[in-house]
Amino acid sequence: MSEQNFDEQTRLGSIISGSLTRGVEVKLDASISVEDMAVGRYVAIEGERRRFFGMITDVSLEAIDPRAMVTPPDVSDPFIAQVVSGTTIYGKLRVLPMLTIGGDAMSILEGPQPAKTVPTHFSEVKLASQRDVELVFGAEDDKRFYIGTPLDMETKVCLDISEFVTRSNGVFGKSGTGKTFLTRLLLVGMLQKQAAVSLVFDMHSEYGWEGRSEKGYKVKGLKQLFPSKVAVFALDEESSRWRKVSTDFVVKIGYDEIEPEDIDLLQQTLNLTEASTQAVYQLAREFGDRRWLEVVLNLTEDESKQLIPKLNIHDSTYRNLRRGLENLRRFPFLVPHAPDNPVKRILEYLDRGINVILEFGRFDDFAAYILVANLLSRRIYAQYREKAEKAMGGDVAPSHPLVISIEEAHRFLNPELANRTIFGRIAREMRKYNVTLLVIDQRPSGIDDEVMSQLGTKITCLLDDERDIDSVLTGVAGKSELKSVLSKLETKQQALIFGHSVPMPVVIKTREYGSAESYKELGFLEAAELKRKTEKEIEDLWAP
Amino acid sequence: MGTEQRVAEVIEASSAEFVAQCYKLDQAPPLGSLVKTKDELRKIYGVVYNVETHSLEPGRRVVARGEGMETEDEIFRANPQLAKLLCTDFQALVVGHRQGDGLHHYLPPKPASIHSFVYTCQLEEVKAFTQSLDFLGLLVDARLPIPVDEVIAACLRCAGQAYPDSESFLIKAGKEMARLLSSDARRLNSVLKRLR
Repeated sequence: MSEQNFDEQTRLGSIISGSLTRGVEVKLDASISVEDMAVGRYVAIEGERRRFFGMITDVSLEAIDPRAMVTPPDVSDPFIAQVVSGTTIYGKLRVLPMLTIGGDAMSILEGPQPAKTVPTHFSEVKLASQRDVELVFGAEDDKRFYIGTPLDMETKVCLDISEFVTRSNGVFGKSGTGKTFLTRLLLVGMLQKQAAVSLVFDMHSEYGWEGRSEKGYKVKGLKQLFPSKVAVFALDEESSRWRKVSTDFVVKIGYDEIEPEDIDLLQQTLNLTEASTQAVYQLAREFGDRRWLEVVLNLTEDESKQLIPKLNIHDSTYRNLRRGLENLRRFPFLVPHAPDNPVKRILEYLDRGINVILEFGRFDDFAAYILVANLLSRRIYAQYREKAEKAMGGDVAPSHPLVISIEEAHRFLNPELANRTIFGRIAREMRKYNVTLLVIDQRPSGIDDEVMSQLGTKITCLLDDERDIDSVLTGVAGKSELKSVLSKLETKQQALIFGHSVPMPVVIKTREYGSAESYKELGFLEAAELKRKTEKEIEDLWAP
Repeated sequence: MGTEQRVAEVIEASSAEFVAQCYKLDQAPPLGSLVKTKDELRKIYGVVYNVETHSLEPGRRVVARGEGMETEDEIFRANPQLAKLLCTDFQALVVGHRQGDGLHHYLPPKPASIHSFVYTCQLEEVKAFTQSLDFLGLLVDARLPIPVDEVIAACLRCAGQAYPDSESFLIKAGKEMARLLSSDARRLNSVLKRLR
């Protein structure tokens, strides 16, 4: 049958059975082909007294009498095929009712509420109209950011960014499904709606100045779109120069900044034994928290020999530790004495409401990423915490919310490390201190369950590993239904959003990012336009 | 069936069916067609389900007379009494009635009056009657001496002629049959095949 063009409010069928937990079953009308249905689509159900919104979670083929399938009707005859469709054989949808709105004036004012019951038998089921979607997700305004459109619809699905930033959130999806594009959009959303400032640990240098799409064309980074609102910090000055990126600050970290806890996290990446990580704490006690690394790296063979019995550690432990620490020397951004304090600089920018993107350049290995991201975040978090506590006392104004974006999050937030890294704490302690996380990962099953359960909004592109899907959907109502939706997402530009900042789970076709129009829609002004705008502003300023 | 014609007279009647004798030999309305009888209060509609031509006297059998004759008509010309000694009857299953302005697709309170005239129905009337297909239930459940499904199929084919777009009428009727015969796929298939 040919693809049908559904009008708004096309009747699909009627409710025949179901329950709130498993979802209701809808018998499709004969005129509707199952082939035109899709999991993840929205439907509206006209109940007796209230209206329901739900999502299609399954499509199935049914026969009114199982025996009919043993002696199938002769459907090669178009007449017979037409007669039996919708009668002897019919399509069935499973719909998960998620929101409801009552018919009285009070309920209309209150807006959609979570569904606590199901519509009555034979309630009419229609495709949700543009208005329905707008009613549920709200129109784009100074809080809501347009993130994409529902499947087969033109309406905008908006994310309440001000709610979004109050919790830690996650963007998941296997490699090449559009996580980076989605994250760029979210960062633009936070920036545009001024809901929070972002600090992005940009492992592959794709957010700041310029990224590349899967097909190889260049896409503008945030700095190009919003030059006055974004600062690019670079860890690798040389790489930035090659890529012709104008950096705002080159990050150098002094040995004195590295604390034993930082080495603790690098145990695996630096190939350290348990004993040698413990020895670090002894060394720090011996030489002081700020000096130990420099001293240890500069110890001569003789000095080492004297030190080993003093600390009462085994020679092989010391050798292992020394080898591991020597590895740190290959990072040019680690210097004995840093000329400037990167934490202070980052905070200065963040305080001014400027988003900071730290590009890792060539140092896109985990050792550098874990070390730097942790080290900086820990100090920044401490500052925010201090400020938030002072604000509680009423001395200072609370700071602007900060969202820290980290990639490959399962490396930081796996069950072994989640308790030790600062990110585990941020994820758990949530918004108390105005700092939240945006976790970007392709292997959500590697992330600690406790952290996963604390994520407010989860945006997930296609995942096909059973464990990953399970871990993303843990604790969500209608998990098994959403599972089928999630595993059937397209590989590109489609995502399932659910959680705190959307009233109900939604499958979206992600808003476009990368074309000239899309930049314009996001608020980017071409150079000539920008100049005109500035001139106009100056003129207005001096006008009598 | 195009125009309303008086074709027969009720000679036996019960609540569910009536038997009518045709005025002319072999001039019964077609199998499955809609016929009606009238009295002061109501019109009663029936679907022709069986047609019989037989001798008026039950004890007297019809014998073959055409040997040596060229055509069948010659037999009647040579034996003019035959037309008076033979008769054509048909049986109709009552499928609804009209009382006042209301058209009902269920049995009337009283059977057709004996000796009431039987008319064929005009296409417009057939169309009006088949707007609702509720009468199919009566047909499906009827126990008849001839295969019911043949009658149903014939009835729907006849009714289809009243519609400019007979195809969509037949699809609608087919769907109604699919609902009625939901538990008997074999029977449904056989009816559907007879609708073309």
